Amino acid sequence: MAGAAADMSAAEERISVASNWTLVWWRFRKHKLALASAAILAVLYAIVLCPDFFSTQHPERTDARQAFIPIQSIHFLDDGKWAPWVPAAVGKRNPVTLRMEWGADPSRRIRIGFFVDGPEYRFLGLVRAKVRLVGPLDPEQRIFLLGSDRMGRDQWSRIMHGTQTSMTIGLVAVTLSVVLGIVLGGISGYFGGWTDQVIQRLIEILQSVPTIPIWLALSAALPRDWTPTQVFFAITVILSLIGWTTLGREVRGRFLALREEDFVLAAELAGCSRWRIIVRHMVPTFLSHIIATSSLAIPVMIINETSLSFLGLGIRPPAISWGVLLQEAQNIQTLALAPWLLLPGLLVIVAVLAFNLVGDGLRDASDPYSK
Amino acid sequence: MTGEALLSVRGLKVVFGLDEGSVRAVDGVGFDVMPGQVVGIVGESGCGKSVTTKAMLQLVDPPGRIAAGEMLFRRAGGEVVDLARLDPRGREIREIRGAEIALIPQEPMASFSPVHTVGEQIVEAIRLHARQWRPEGGAVSRADARAIVVDLFRDVGISMPEQRLDSYSWQLSGGLRQRAMIAMALSCKPRLLIADEPTTAIDVTTQAQVLALLRDLQKRHGTAIVFITHDLGVIAQMASHVVVMYLGRVMEEGSVDAIFHAPRHPYTRALLRSMPGMHGETRVALPTISGTLPHPFNRPSGCPFHPRCEEAIAGRCQARVPVLRPVGGGQSASCFLHHDEAEAT
Amino acid sequence: MIRFVLQRLLLLPLLMAVFSILVFVIVEAPPGDFLTSYIATLASSGSSIGAEHVEALRRQYGLDQPIWVQYLKWVGNLLQGDLGLSLEYQRPNAELIGEQLFLTVVLALFSFVLTWIIAVPAGIYSAIRQRSVVDYILTVVNYIGVATPNFMLALVLMWVAFAYFGISVTGLFSPEYQGAEWSLAKFLDLLAHAWLPSLVLGIAGTARLTRVMRANLLDELNKPYVVTARAKGLSEWTLVLRYPVRLAFNPLVSTIGWYLPQLFSGSLIVATVMNLPNIGPLLLRALVNQDMYLAGSILLIYCMLTIVGTLLSDILLAWLDPRIRMEG
Repeated sequence: MAGAAADMSAAEERISVASNWTLVWWRFRKHKLALASAAILAVLYAIVLCPDFFSTQHPERTDARQAFIPIQSIHFLDDGKWAPWVPAAVGKRNPVTLRMEWGADPSRRIRIGFFVDGPEYRFLGLVRAKVRLVGPLDPEQRIFLLGSDRMGRDQWSRIMHGTQTSMTIGLVAVTLSVVLGIVLGGISGYFGGWTDQVIQRLIEILQSVPTIPIWLALSAALPRDWTPTQVFFAITVILSLIGWTTLGREVRGRFLALREEDFVLAAELAGCSRWRIIVRHMVPTFLSHIIATSSLAIPVMIINETSLSFLGLGIRPPAISWGVLLQEAQNIQTLALAPWLLLPGLLVIVAVLAFNLVGDGLRDASDPYSK
Repeated sequence: MTGEALLSVRGLKVVFGLDEGSVRAVDGVGFDVMPGQVVGIVGESGCGKSVTTKAMLQLVDPPGRIAAGEMLFRRAGGEVVDLARLDPRGREIREIRGAEIALIPQEPMASFSPVHTVGEQIVEAIRLHARQWRPEGGAVSRADARAIVVDLFRDVGISMPEQRLDSYSWQLSGGLRQRAMIAMALSCKPRLLIADEPTTAIDVTTQAQVLALLRDLQKRHGTAIVFITHDLGVIAQMASHVVVMYLGRVMEEGSVDAIFHAPRHPYTRALLRSMPGMHGETRVALPTISGTLPHPFNRPSGCPFHPRCEEAIAGRCQARVPVLRPVGGGQSASCFLHHDEAEAT
Repeated sequence: MIRFVLQRLLLLPLLMAVFSILVFVIVEAPPGDFLTSYIATLASSGSSIGAEHVEALRRQYGLDQPIWVQYLKWVGNLLQGDLGLSLEYQRPNAELIGEQLFLTVVLALFSFVLTWIIAVPAGIYSAIRQRSVVDYILTVVNYIGVATPNFMLALVLMWVAFAYFGISVTGLFSPEYQGAEWSLAKFLDLLAHAWLPSLVLGIAGTARLTRVMRANLLDELNKPYVVTARAKGLSEWTLVLRYPVRLAFNPLVSTIGWYLPQLFSGSLIVATVMNLPNIGPLLLRALVNQDMYLAGSILLIYCMLTIVGTLLSDILLAWLDPRIRMEG
């Protein structure tokens, strides 16, 4: 009996000395779905770090003669041996419609390999590298793992590069929103009084703004001659400027409530500076909640950026994002010819789904009162 | 079924199937309630007293379920029905709920809907069980029901009943709320009331008033009450028969005099000792029960109380589980100090 | 309650004033003005106009005045109910907007009704039969629905209709009803065409609403007042609909004010893809061409819709929940 009691308290003890983050991680681990989604996100962000490694070639390499090639399927075995290959695309111009029609010729096999050398690129803009995850053994050949678009550009590589832009914007925009929200919401809640009133009115005004029309207007206001990078940052800022209000309100509410808590009073009496109280005592209580909320805000940002770029008012070519890629799919006739142009949309759905599941998992894990 | 008992509980077991394992919240409980009698069920938090009464009305929510036992209830028409076998969503239990067995829940604030007036909620009950007020048949109109509620409110001591009828529960003071809750419980003339810690959420003065009200109503209407509390003082005031529970089992039961003046079970004795009294020594630490309540997944083997019992018999108390047996003086106890019968393993 | 509504109504003109400045600044922000893009358009098609002609036009449209004068003129006109002239179409803005506004509103309302009719029962069912097969299916559908951008759904549906069935799902009317007078037949034709865009528009909202309803109801189902109601002998469905659903429903109502304007502005993108008459594409063109009176007016209308929508939902919430009514 004493032994059982001791065992129990050993387990209980382990739980009681585990830090908040460890507890959150343990609870998160139990959600298999959230874990799987987190793995997917990890893969996507690996692509963000180095899209060139995952691409087979340069995303802007055009060849009008290779337009609208369908997806080339990978075959892993050749006569029972491990020798991956794709069938060569053979095109014939239809005499009536004057359009190229593509077929796969299994007799002509383009051998591919994994971790092969391809066209050179710069990793993180600094280090020269040549190795790519997958590519043709003969660097002169081109493979189109997800087909090509109307200018003969490889969709696979373009999607990889688009991933980098779309996933980054979402993250950066939300980070900006969070910072704005915490700072302004915190000031509002902690100091109260006049500052609180002003910031509250500001939040009300911003929340009354119809988001999509204003985004459109702001995006249209961007000068046509800005570089894609400048446009990128401007879009991010625009997206976050309106998105911080919900978080700001929540943070303010928390600060208002926490101000009255005894532990804050205790810290003040112990002589802690205001700054220290805010950062080390108050913020940690709701940090996990903020992280959970943010991870649910990222997919919204991704969808917004995709929609804006789709309309031509967000990221502009030659920069690539999922929205820009989907612009190619606007025309129904084109789409009927080349349905693989819709694939970036699938990635949007997967990324958003993954973020939502992870966010839900985090929220459940960080809230001590739910199940 | 014992004589003309209103309710006979035998061997009730309620189990909760959680992810981490099964919890035996009620592990073989039995007692009788005679018509018009007040039975007090007393025990620490977590001993299973609330779950027992919930089981009586088939209100145990999943993942809990009644695993074994029977609860024989004598209905108004005379027939005896086993509450444990009734379908929780079936017609029969719904006829019994409110009209024959009524519940006074623990937190009156949270137990009233915040978006309906208290009057509306009582009128609903009255019209639902119209047969209690119109035995010949026929419905109770809304106006009639309202008049009944006004009378009920007066009966329970709520001043200005016509205005209070249209208030929301959060507009009433704690005492008034509890009275309204009692009025709702009595509204369909039940023969058995289950009062689940009705005085826990209110202050001591109001508590005295509510207890006086309950005693008065009980005398006037002859309603039997099953009174749940952890407060021994309240038990002494209200109950005529006491059931002491610990970790889902009945430790001792008997008349209130016997329990308070001649407790047989070590647990009952320890409970009574830990009450501060007017005649105790001063400047002496209040005796407490050593040890802590075991974790629900870590039930002790044998007698559930033995790890904390000062009079435990080594080798016996941890090996077998004692059953409830009469030990003289109208009391029953489950303790090897007084008899040798154990549960079959 | 009256005081509460009055307070909000009084704030309305103030907010609109702030918005008018905001809108004007945004529309005027790009360098140049309508004439510069007009000239650029002419140049790309090969023609041009003389410099004095440009100056005359500039004076005529009042584009040579300082910015704040232009703003005041615009606001002055607005207060008199004059939405100004579209520089591009050379027609009164009120006419242009009016044509498209009606159909935009119809489409949005359709979606709104469809959303609520589907989402509320689905959410209730999901919560009550938690972990059932239907619940799991609904949850999966909801997650995917929330994750899909609505224009994407529109594209896929249109592609499927075109590629596999050969039908073109654009426009809100069949050709024969396009310019016809309103009649029951035309209205039915509208219904027949409107359900698909409404569905597309509403999918994300429906999915989100279902999840929220389910979550809210799950929270409420465990509360003591539900046990009390059950203990009174009420049947399960009656008590669920009368008590926890009522309470779970309230927070949803507060999202109406935010959701309705979302529908209006969200329909913008779907309308562009599906070629529907909508003030969205009108706004787009106006923004790109710096047709400032048109763009400004449309943006202001959006702002007003948003504010009115928020006010409506606040009133609705206060009406439904006595706690807010009496303590607010």
